[in-house]
Amino acid sequence: MTQNHEKLPQGSFERIPRDTKQAERISKPSVSFWQDAWRRLRKNKGAIFSIILFGLIVIMSLLGPIISPYEPNAQTITHANLPPKIPVIEKLGIFDGVGELGGKEVDLYELKNVDQNYWFGTDGLGRDMFSRVWKGTQVSLFIAFAAAAIDMVIGVVYGGISGYFGGRVDDVMQRIVEILSGIPNLVVVILFIMIMDPGILAIIIALTITGWTGMSRVVRGQVLKYKNQEFVLAARTLGASDGRIIWKHLMPNVLGVIIINTMFTIPGAIFFEAFLSFIGLGLQAPDASLGTLINDGYKLIQYQPHILAIPAFVLSLIMISFNLIGDGLRDALDPKMKD
Amino acid sequence: MEKILQIKDLELSFNTFGGEVKAIRGVNFDLYKGETLAIVGESGSGKSVTSKSIMRLLPESSAEFKNGEILFGGKDLTKLSDKEMQKIRGKEISMIFQDPMTSLNPTMPIGKQITEPLLKHQKISKPEARKVAIDLLRLVGMPKPELRMKQYPHQFSGGQRQRIVIAISLACNPQILIADEPTTALDVTIQAQILELMKDLQKKIDTSIIFITHDLGVVANVADRVAVMYGGKIVEIGTVDEIFYNPQHPYTWGLLSSMPSLDTDESKLYTIPGTPPDLLDPPKGDAFALRSEYAMKIDMEMDAPFFKISDTHKAATWLLHPDAPQVEPPLSVIERMKKFPGSRYYEGSAN
Amino acid sequence: MARYIGKRMFYMLITLILIATFTFFLMKILPGSPIASADRLSPEQRAIVEASYGLDRPLPVQYFDYMFGLVQGDLGVSINQFKGAPVTDIILNRIGPSAQIGFQGMLFGTIIGILFGMIAAVKQNSWIDYTSTTVAIIGISIPSFVFASLLQYWLAVEWQLFPVAFWKDGFMSSVLPSLALAMFPLATAARFIRSEMIEVLGSDYITLAKAKGASGSEIAFKHAFRNALIPLITVLGPMAVSILTGSLVVEQIFAIPGIGEQFVTSIIVQDFSIIMGTTMFFSIFLILVILLVDILYGVIDPRIRLSGGKN
Repeated sequence: MTQNHEKLPQGSFERIPRDTKQAERISKPSVSFWQDAWRRLRKNKGAIFSIILFGLIVIMSLLGPIISPYEPNAQTITHANLPPKIPVIEKLGIFDGVGELGGKEVDLYELKNVDQNYWFGTDGLGRDMFSRVWKGTQVSLFIAFAAAAIDMVIGVVYGGISGYFGGRVDDVMQRIVEILSGIPNLVVVILFIMIMDPGILAIIIALTITGWTGMSRVVRGQVLKYKNQEFVLAARTLGASDGRIIWKHLMPNVLGVIIINTMFTIPGAIFFEAFLSFIGLGLQAPDASLGTLINDGYKLIQYQPHILAIPAFVLSLIMISFNLIGDGLRDALDPKMKD
Repeated sequence: MEKILQIKDLELSFNTFGGEVKAIRGVNFDLYKGETLAIVGESGSGKSVTSKSIMRLLPESSAEFKNGEILFGGKDLTKLSDKEMQKIRGKEISMIFQDPMTSLNPTMPIGKQITEPLLKHQKISKPEARKVAIDLLRLVGMPKPELRMKQYPHQFSGGQRQRIVIAISLACNPQILIADEPTTALDVTIQAQILELMKDLQKKIDTSIIFITHDLGVVANVADRVAVMYGGKIVEIGTVDEIFYNPQHPYTWGLLSSMPSLDTDESKLYTIPGTPPDLLDPPKGDAFALRSEYAMKIDMEMDAPFFKISDTHKAATWLLHPDAPQVEPPLSVIERMKKFPGSRYYEGSAN
Repeated sequence: MARYIGKRMFYMLITLILIATFTFFLMKILPGSPIASADRLSPEQRAIVEASYGLDRPLPVQYFDYMFGLVQGDLGVSINQFKGAPVTDIILNRIGPSAQIGFQGMLFGTIIGILFGMIAAVKQNSWIDYTSTTVAIIGISIPSFVFASLLQYWLAVEWQLFPVAFWKDGFMSSVLPSLALAMFPLATAARFIRSEMIEVLGSDYITLAKAKGASGSEIAFKHAFRNALIPLITVLGPMAVSILTGSLVVEQIFAIPGIGEQFVTSIIVQDFSIIMGTTMFFSIFLILVILLVDILYGVIDPRIRLSGGKN
């Protein structure tokens, strides 16, 4: 206890008025939930990288078929089975048009007298893989987004009604979901594809028939959790209508899980589309999706690995980036992970 | 009295993404044998961190001792290896946590959770440990302890669970029991029961207790001495009477004024304006100055040293400097001080 | 608990009846005759063939006949692929290889995944954590048929470490398909265990265990592991689904005479009764897995075991 201090400067003990603004200044600036989530997402390098990567894939899937001088379905039999050849990069020893023929490495472009460059090579019918891969990506993404959007709409409406109104309505609706979700997705999808004309629409419908139950469960759970919380009760006490409570009070809280759930349905749908195509239930020739391209490529894996490798690589990139974006969003939006 | 634990100039920081959070900024106190020392303060004042740092329960990846020592039984706890620390935890020093609902392992029968420290620290067989555990359960007032040994935490109420946690903490007759807000999560009636139990047990086994709380009502009930923490520092420490009836630090004044009391007839409860300091960037000088209506120029420049009021009472505020102007504490505090012999407002025996 | 299981069994039954009914009528409204060679037969011949399979009877009769057969484990007879052979036998004959690769894949994937997840959680933010996280994200992202193709191309065709295909070398020929199937369970388990362990390690009861003087390994194994492992049961369902889905393509790729391969072939040759039978078989299998998961969860987690069912 140092009772004798060195002499303190004059006026040290002058009273200063309390400045309330000063006192409040030390508190952290308030950030909204979404700002906070965005801040956290931004820190997640994997997610940001994936968003950029996915953006590029989307742009390529739209531009690819346009910038390629060849039509995705145009066959040039004389140019069949050419390996990838890209000018400039070919000097590095890759994408140089060299392929195996009878156990020897030869420049197949020279051999077949082809002047053009096929950046991703060609398939067995001489179709340009570059435009086919990007066209296929476009189709796969379209199927996935459409399926996810339909799942989301049905799931949110169904789960929201079930959770919000509760009671008998909830009881009946939940029994239906219970039975529907007992049916294996795989079985439903395969059966539906079989009765419908195979095509984009058939796949989308098949994917959404039971796909929405997952979303409805999550939404119902969230609505149940929030609807009895004090802020909702307070709003109700103040005379807010059902609509207002749902839109202004419940929705912002449930939105996080809806986004997260959708982010995980999309890769699921992409996978299923590819899976169906791989077992021969997907799009019919000559239309291409990533799944049919992989299926075609698999048949030629021993001779023309690039026909499998390129679409498989694009598919994997999409799946990885989506899972990383989904993970990032979950970490950013899930309040449980806060701090 | 025998000093059982001495904390000297303790400084501890958390390394976070945002930077270094100086959670404890020079804490000094002694704990005497058999006493109950309450540490009070609002959230973020560093009271919990102080207690966890004694047990070294803070995440080692981020928490870092910057200075000072924690002396216990001739050893500096800040320097012990993990192995040596494990021998002290649960045996010499044990701890009770805030939320009994989450502090028991949900998938382990409670008997096993109580015998765990016994088997770990004492050379006794399983059946013996079981017997001790049953005795402990009886001691903490659990009916039918034999039957309940095999049950899981979810089969107990919150109050019962806290009794179990207390039984666990007392299993090896520790010298120090650290209770980190042990009653905060409980109903008021259960709170009183648990406090009674703790007082009762303290008499029986003569352990020293560090009682962390933000509830001054609880402090008055259990503590012998009180340390008031603010912004990672102790700002005032004294016996429970000294803190309640002769407080000196403006922060203690604020705390006491914001405590509801039957004596005060003011219709509106006092609140301390502002928020606790951001320990990522602690303010220069007295951390409380920005929120204090008694702030002086020097508070902005230099942190106050401790000024001694009595042998047991000291406070870190420039107001106690001989050159400082006399200030009037809030009315409710003056009312309190009127009852304390030796305070400047003492009016003789109040009752 | 018994009431809960009873209730679940009841829903299971309804679901199965629905699936059976649904598949039955679906197959009936499918365009074309169930007899592949129908176009080449004269109407008389066709009628004889149809009659021999009982396809000439009224639809309700066929339906109830099918449903009664189902109850007795009779899935009808194959029409196109194995003329007249009972579907139940066809499926039973092919369970072996499918079960073997499925079980091996699941076991290997889950164990390695749990290990990865545990180490990653205990050594958070170390290189091993990053490696395991990367492997896990790849594992859940890349479809099993891509994996299977890659494994086949590199390990079998290029390096010739394993048989390319065909089910004749016993265990060796089951390695690559099992590996391909293992990726998803591995990744799922690793991700799941990692996040559960991290959550559990941060919980109050772990701090209390530390405060009791428990050592690092005691905390990880005695206290944390069990609590982190229990929720893993909830993803066993999705894992089983992935194994089953995967088996359709993986068996195709490695030419394994399993149920999946049979199913895909039946779809191609349009053998409706095998498709129906396999569909029922898959449904029963998956529904049982989900029921088992639920019961297991109740058995292992005392919070659920004694309060009777999930809330």
